[in-house]
Amino acid sequence: MAGADGDDSLYPIAVLIDELRNEDVQLRLNSIKKLSTIALALGVERTRTELLPFLTDTIYDEDEVLLALAEQLGNFTMLVGGPEYVHCLLPPLESLATVEETVVRDKAVESLRKISQEHSPVDLEVHFEPLVKRLASGDWFTSRTSACGLFSVCYPRVSSTVKAEIRQHFRTLCSDDTPMVRRAAASKLGEFAKVLELDYVKSDIISLFTALASDEQDSVRLLAVEACVSIATLLPQEDLETLVMPTLRQAAEDKSWRVRYMVADKFSELQKAVGPEITKNDLVPAFQNLLKDCEAEVRAAAANKVKEFCENLPEDNREQIIMTHILPCVKELVSDTNQHVKSALASVIMGLSTILGKDNTIEHLLPLFLAQLKDECPEVRLNIISNLDCVNEVIGIRQLSQSLLPAIVELAEDAKWRVRLAIIEYMPLLAGQLGVEFFDEKLNTLCMAWLIDHVYAIREAATCNLMKLVEKFGAEWAQNTIVPKVLGMANDPNYLHRMTTLFCINVIVHCCGYPYREITTKQMLPVVLKMSNDQVANVRFNVAKSLQKIGPVLDSNALQTEVKPVLEKLASDTDMDVKYFAQEAISVLALA
Amino acid sequence: METTKLPPSSPSSPTTSFSVPSAEKVDGFPRRSMRRARQRRSHSSSQFRYQSSQVELTPLPLLKDAPVAELHDLFCKKLQQCCVLFDFLDCVADLKGKEIKRAALNELVESVATSRGVLIEPLYPEAIKMISVNIFRTLPPSENPEFDPEEDEPTLEASWPHLQLVYEFFLRFLESPDFQPSMAKRYVDQKFVLQLLELFDSEDPREREYLKTILHRVYGKLLGLRAYIRKQINNIFLRFIYETEHFNGVAELLEILGSIINGFALPLKAEHKQFLVRVLIPLHTAKSLSIFHAQLAYCVVQFMEKDATVTEYIIRGLLKYWPKTCTQKEVMFLGEIEEILDVIEPSQFIRVQEPLFKQIAACISSPHFQVAERALYFWNNEYILSLIEENCQVILPLVFATLYRVSKEHWNQTIVSLIYNVLKTFMEMNSKLFDDLTASYKVEKQKGRNRRLLSHVSDGIYSIIHHIIFHIVSMYCLGHPLNTDHGS
Repeated sequence: MAGADGDDSLYPIAVLIDELRNEDVQLRLNSIKKLSTIALALGVERTRTELLPFLTDTIYDEDEVLLALAEQLGNFTMLVGGPEYVHCLLPPLESLATVEETVVRDKAVESLRKISQEHSPVDLEVHFEPLVKRLASGDWFTSRTSACGLFSVCYPRVSSTVKAEIRQHFRTLCSDDTPMVRRAAASKLGEFAKVLELDYVKSDIISLFTALASDEQDSVRLLAVEACVSIATLLPQEDLETLVMPTLRQAAEDKSWRVRYMVADKFSELQKAVGPEITKNDLVPAFQNLLKDCEAEVRAAAANKVKEFCENLPEDNREQIIMTHILPCVKELVSDTNQHVKSALASVIMGLSTILGKDNTIEHLLPLFLAQLKDECPEVRLNIISNLDCVNEVIGIRQLSQSLLPAIVELAEDAKWRVRLAIIEYMPLLAGQLGVEFFDEKLNTLCMAWLIDHVYAIREAATCNLMKLVEKFGAEWAQNTIVPKVLGMANDPNYLHRMTTLFCINVIVHCCGYPYREITTKQMLPVVLKMSNDQVANVRFNVAKSLQKIGPVLDSNALQTEVKPVLEKLASDTDMDVKYFAQEAISVLALA
Repeated sequence: METTKLPPSSPSSPTTSFSVPSAEKVDGFPRRSMRRARQRRSHSSSQFRYQSSQVELTPLPLLKDAPVAELHDLFCKKLQQCCVLFDFLDCVADLKGKEIKRAALNELVESVATSRGVLIEPLYPEAIKMISVNIFRTLPPSENPEFDPEEDEPTLEASWPHLQLVYEFFLRFLESPDFQPSMAKRYVDQKFVLQLLELFDSEDPREREYLKTILHRVYGKLLGLRAYIRKQINNIFLRFIYETEHFNGVAELLEILGSIINGFALPLKAEHKQFLVRVLIPLHTAKSLSIFHAQLAYCVVQFMEKDATVTEYIIRGLLKYWPKTCTQKEVMFLGEIEEILDVIEPSQFIRVQEPLFKQIAACISSPHFQVAERALYFWNNEYILSLIEENCQVILPLVFATLYRVSKEHWNQTIVSLIYNVLKTFMEMNSKLFDDLTASYKVEKQKGRNRRLLSHVSDGIYSIIHHIIFHIVSMYCLGHPLNTDHGS
């Protein structure tokens, strides 16, 4: 092969090609990844006549190598001489599209789809379409599943006779003997429908769709639900009732929960695809049933869609539909036995308030929010709290605040630190909506308590939370409410708490910055300096780090007379970390 | 004509052979899964929902008191009565009805098992209908989405008190001396079998145990369904391997296959070989291999015992899928290789020894001592040892360098002493070859030291080559589309 014929300039390429045959997988893989370099060096002609046949012959390899090869070949058009010669890439990709391993096959199909666009219409019929046919009539299921993904890319660009053949092949695969192939066909049904002429959609696709949607295996039926969205979008409104709806109704009541789950999961898309009239007559009762389904999985999927479904209802009688049909089901879900259902609902229920308006929200939704705020599952409560902004816009948060507080306090003291962490993250949002007064009165103590939590992640989050609060409420508020409490901790017997003081000072200085030099110099700096005498080395080197952050805010007098001596002392500390950070601060602040 | 033999382990009464793993562990650490198990309810089954209106059951006269003339009619009525489903999630709902159905099922089981002449033709459709209504249902979603069959307690089927009796009835029905396959085949058809196979995904091991025995009987008695059953099992496995990686009944299906393979006629049909190469071997790649490995290895060995010519496919297949990171699986693979070598024909051994012993050498140098140990145990197996001895000229050079190096380097003393034994065995086998290899190893090692000095240079060389080539070619192609499209 190349390079063996004594052409010196190709010697390095010969090395790479040699590695394509190496025993070590890693070397083969490296070489395959540099395939474009090899091809580039060989030139387009030798790539076509030598490299590609070689690759086609040696296709039995580790899946990892094959995957890399399948991917590379998708970008090879230019390297074999442009669109004119792109069909040379088909033989190796055809073999790759028949291997067992799904990821390799999928990648080969992806590359084939890509290069199909680079074929001229003539080449598509002469080279590409025969390949699709060969795959579609392959012995083993792998080639037939691959074929399913290729019909839609060649269909639009071939003659009508070939089109008829393609439709025939697709039909055959939809009733294939093995469920694997039927699944592949069902998953490509929507895509294929999009490229077909409307008449054929009505005559061919609908019958295939109906057949797949009543397949004996639920794994096939559920894929037909996905196709339903695309098909319904393609058809004129007047045909939907006869062509699509019987199948969709059947799917919504399928005996397998997986199919019903799929319907629930795709509900918003289905709703848009079938339009407002059918939604009113058919989908509303179907949705009610899904919300009351006997499997929690289905109820949770439907609950997730409650807000979107209601939003997309036709406006003229949206409110009436929600109030008489949807809300009663929602009320039941609030006390569902399954926590996933409740928390799915809690993540969207607040969105209903904007749709229903102030009065309905107060009368009907508020009790539900309050009930969920008292739910035993923390995730439900968190989901409510994290969506408070929607309600705030409609009724103002005061309505809720009385119930909110106990819920927040309970979450703030939850035994699981991840729950505490989650509620901390909502504090700035809550503070913004509840206002300074309410915050100072009720929540400030909580925020301070988190600073001395026994889990570091919580103390860290609490510090970060302080920063956001200061950004919201301003430096003056910080000076009056936060700073005294933070500085008080500097004398705490626990060194971890003393360090928290330093961390808080860092963030406060970062927010208040230069205009509030006063607070920094007068109140915080003395405390930091005093802590440089701490017994614990961790505190001392954090003093050095803090000074480095505070330094830029201070005036040069304070820097020279107060900070410099302390840093110099720390720079000669017995602990090497303290020394290191002190020296770093000295050089950053240019005090040397 | 293919025959099937009952698997030795298949119990005549599955209830006695199965025991639920004890929830009380003595190690004092409450296991994560058990805490969870206590919190959750038993399974909900999707089946109850489809009962349109609840029927009030009234007890019928006992079968044993019925006059002979009315026996079949009564039997039929009882079957119909048993088609009513009950809600077992609500354990106090309709207790009376549940009790009537339980008693009826018990009577039916006993009647089919003990009295002769009960099973007449008109009863077949009724019996199959009763069985279908009760057992066929979409299995509910697992309550534990990350259900790990090795770690977690399975969720049990809530309606088991009835379901078990229905399965028991089905089994007795199939095993009854009066059972007529020619009549049954009209009702136990392909659709029925497909639904039966889907139930193997049940999380409840008691249910799978019954299904296993039942499917085996169906395979044994209804000859027309055999090919179909094999094909559908294939599909289940292929889906498991390439699509979902989740199916609870793989071990049970393999156990049935083990005895099916045993009955294959010779020479093996292409269909069966394809099953071996394209399904059984790839099954080794599954993440949950440990759950069904014993049954899988049994099937593989069965194939070899049937027809030695498949040996090479098997060994090369296993080598292809050899675990790269999971040492637990590596130990299982080694165990399977030993089972295979135990029955391998010497002529077949010669065909695979080279790649095989390269892999074994790689295992011996594994830093995980269990892997190294498992590989070294091969030398304790007399038959394997005799194969090695016959082919010492080929094998010793393959493993020598590894053995020599690992004996000096391995951290684990047990491994080191095992290797010494192996080296000693080889020395006794062929001392001349051993000495030659020792000498050349030392020369190679010296060379290797020199080469290592150079290897730092060559590591970087490919990236340099890549850049140089690219640079040169780009210069040539300046202005040509190539150089803009393929910059790297």
